[in-house]
Amino acid sequence: MTSARRGNPVLLGSAGLAGLLLLLELLPRLGLVDERFLPPTSRIASALADEVSTAVFWQSLGDTLYAWAAGLLIAVVAGVLAGLVIGSVPVLRALTASTVEFLRPIPSVALIPLAVLLYGTDLGSTLLLVCYASFWQVLVQVLYGVADVDPVAEETARSFRFSAWGRVRYVLWPTALPYVFTGFRLAASVALVLAITAELVIGSPGLGKDIATAQASDAVPTMYALIVVTGALGVIINLLTRTGERRLLAWHQSVRGEVAV
Amino acid sequence: MDILKKAGLAIALPIVLFAGWFWLSDGSENFYSPPLRTILTAFGDTWTLERLRTDVAPSLLRLLAGFLLAALIGIGLGVAIGLNRRLRAVLEPVLEFFRAIPPPVLVPVIMLFAGIGDGMKVIVIVFGCIWPILLNTVEGVRATDSVVLDTARAYGVTGPARLTRVILPSASPQIAAGLRQALSIAIILMVISEMFASSNGLGFTIVQFQRSFAIPEMWSGIILLGLLGFALSLLFRLAERWALRWYEGLRAAQRRAG
Amino acid sequence: MLEVKGLRKVYSSGSREVEALRDLTFTVDNGDLVCLVGPSGCGKTTLLRCISGLLTPTSGSVRVNGDAVTGPPPGMAVVFQEYGRSLFPWMSVRDNVELPLKQKKVDRARRRELVDTALDAVGLSGTASAYPWQLSGGMQQRVAIARAVAYEPETLLMDEPFAAVDAQTRADLEDLVRSLWQRLKVTVLFVTHDIDEAVYLGRRVVMLSSSPTVVQDELVVDLPAERDQLNTRADPRFVELRTRVYEQIQKAKKAAVR
Repeated sequence: MTSARRGNPVLLGSAGLAGLLLLLELLPRLGLVDERFLPPTSRIASALADEVSTAVFWQSLGDTLYAWAAGLLIAVVAGVLAGLVIGSVPVLRALTASTVEFLRPIPSVALIPLAVLLYGTDLGSTLLLVCYASFWQVLVQVLYGVADVDPVAEETARSFRFSAWGRVRYVLWPTALPYVFTGFRLAASVALVLAITAELVIGSPGLGKDIATAQASDAVPTMYALIVVTGALGVIINLLTRTGERRLLAWHQSVRGEVAV
Repeated sequence: MDILKKAGLAIALPIVLFAGWFWLSDGSENFYSPPLRTILTAFGDTWTLERLRTDVAPSLLRLLAGFLLAALIGIGLGVAIGLNRRLRAVLEPVLEFFRAIPPPVLVPVIMLFAGIGDGMKVIVIVFGCIWPILLNTVEGVRATDSVVLDTARAYGVTGPARLTRVILPSASPQIAAGLRQALSIAIILMVISEMFASSNGLGFTIVQFQRSFAIPEMWSGIILLGLLGFALSLLFRLAERWALRWYEGLRAAQRRAG
Repeated sequence: MLEVKGLRKVYSSGSREVEALRDLTFTVDNGDLVCLVGPSGCGKTTLLRCISGLLTPTSGSVRVNGDAVTGPPPGMAVVFQEYGRSLFPWMSVRDNVELPLKQKKVDRARRRELVDTALDAVGLSGTASAYPWQLSGGMQQRVAIARAVAYEPETLLMDEPFAAVDAQTRADLEDLVRSLWQRLKVTVLFVTHDIDEAVYLGRRVVMLSSSPTVVQDELVVDLPAERDQLNTRADPRFVELRTRVYEQIQKAKKAAVR
């Protein structure tokens, strides 16, 4: 079990990616897959190069990222506030539990027709879907976090006659913080999925709409290039949020396994 | 008494919300938000048995086929990758990339290959929801306790039994978490693939209502979709709780031990 | 007969090499009960994993009745220190004990008999359908012992099996091991860091040095075969023997510091 025999994971991983690119180049070249359906890697790469040199691409990328960030921000603020309030008042918690359990699994795409009626193909449509989907991720994690408060810590704070605000500031918030980050991380990737989905299906401005346009106009390499961009965005968001979470919570005694939802 | 109180708390808010919606929307002149009374009537008129057979059943069948296929392939590949350190290192970045692609963008791609029939929709669902299953299985298999593996080896538990009696059960809580994520993706993809190109199905019907400005019918469709999502996740949770009752018990025992 | 000859194990990670076992030679006669005792961190677990065929030594050999050990040998059962991880939490007590027998292709009626007898022997007849995590630590270790006993081994390896249970349970389990050994006529190799336990249980005690490990000394425990917690431990001969073992272990520790 020496590490020499195990191989370098970075090297092996790069080899895997290179292998995928090569495979996608060869499949259509050898005629195993119709080139009209799956263009070779090189054609996708050149389409990508063409795309990034246009202003339209950057505009779309900006639109998508804006919808993602704005929707995520609203969802996180609303989710954290609602979570802290509901979580720290037992009656509210009991009252809302069934409603949360009912609303959470409702597929966000069910709201697409409604969004179209309310906002047409504007940014608002995207925001509605992004906010709805990411809100639940944050809310549920914050609720877990508040429930995780150590009763001994809470009683200690009470016995030292902390004010209500002091208890939130020094007991509730530090306990819930790791969960807030987990919620943020989950919400960040859900928000991207919903932003692209809304653009794709509704036609609100952004990368998703460009994918639909490319498909409709038979610009297959461009379509693949844009899909690669959305995948790369997803990877970057995952990496950033995961690293950020680890950094910011390094002080915390328990960077725990996330609560499965 | 305690149960009564709990039940009361559980249904109080839904009742208030429902009554509030009913009362506030009653007499609503707004074209887009018709009275709940109208929506409920439309619900009964729209989702007849015939409709359920022609539009809801095909959707559900495609969902089920796609989900089960994804589970089969995802768990199978996940076990193979999870057991092989080198294979895992090679494939990890590729899998992370595929997982990061927003699943709905697969719809136009797969339409190229598979047209707009049932096959396309099932493939879209498989492609979209296989990644969380696959990655969670890999993670679960990889995390199998070393003492568990030693015990299995020392007592000659090898071959198929090692897989079915040791590795799969040990990874099952992780796998279930992946399946749960996959289920909600599958529902989304079911709807979206039908919105894109279809002649039947729940997604198709709801978009038809919206385009023809049949607003109460559209609302009733949204409600049905919501109920469906809720019912499926409830079913999944029940199945999970039954299959993983040992895991719940184990965790509770560990918590008590502190 | 279990023969360990010139056993050496070097772990290497990258360019760093750690020599855990340097040169170990000792034998255990059939039907003997030998305790291996050494200072903490002296590579006891590494040694046991080599003997049980779970780990390949760098050089030297392990032979059971003349056959070289290359993988887990069929007539050998292991009881691990981490009972909570060594018992499979997704199986009932009965299934845990029965699984290795199924792998050995023992027929159903005989399996049932073996499992019942083994559970009975460790005093757990009523708990066959419980999950391991529903039992206390001491009872879980009894299940692990029952699993080993039902396997009908010729050699039983025990790796600090009682390190994680409380003192009173420990005394009970020690007596259980002695009585099982006398009844079943198996060869037992018992690893421990507890000097009293080694002298109380063993017919022979093999003392190990600090890592890199060699055999420091050996002695025959010439106490009567019938032992009990009160009288044996008060026996002047017991005190003498434990002092000798203690001195050797201290010497080993000092040598390591130098």
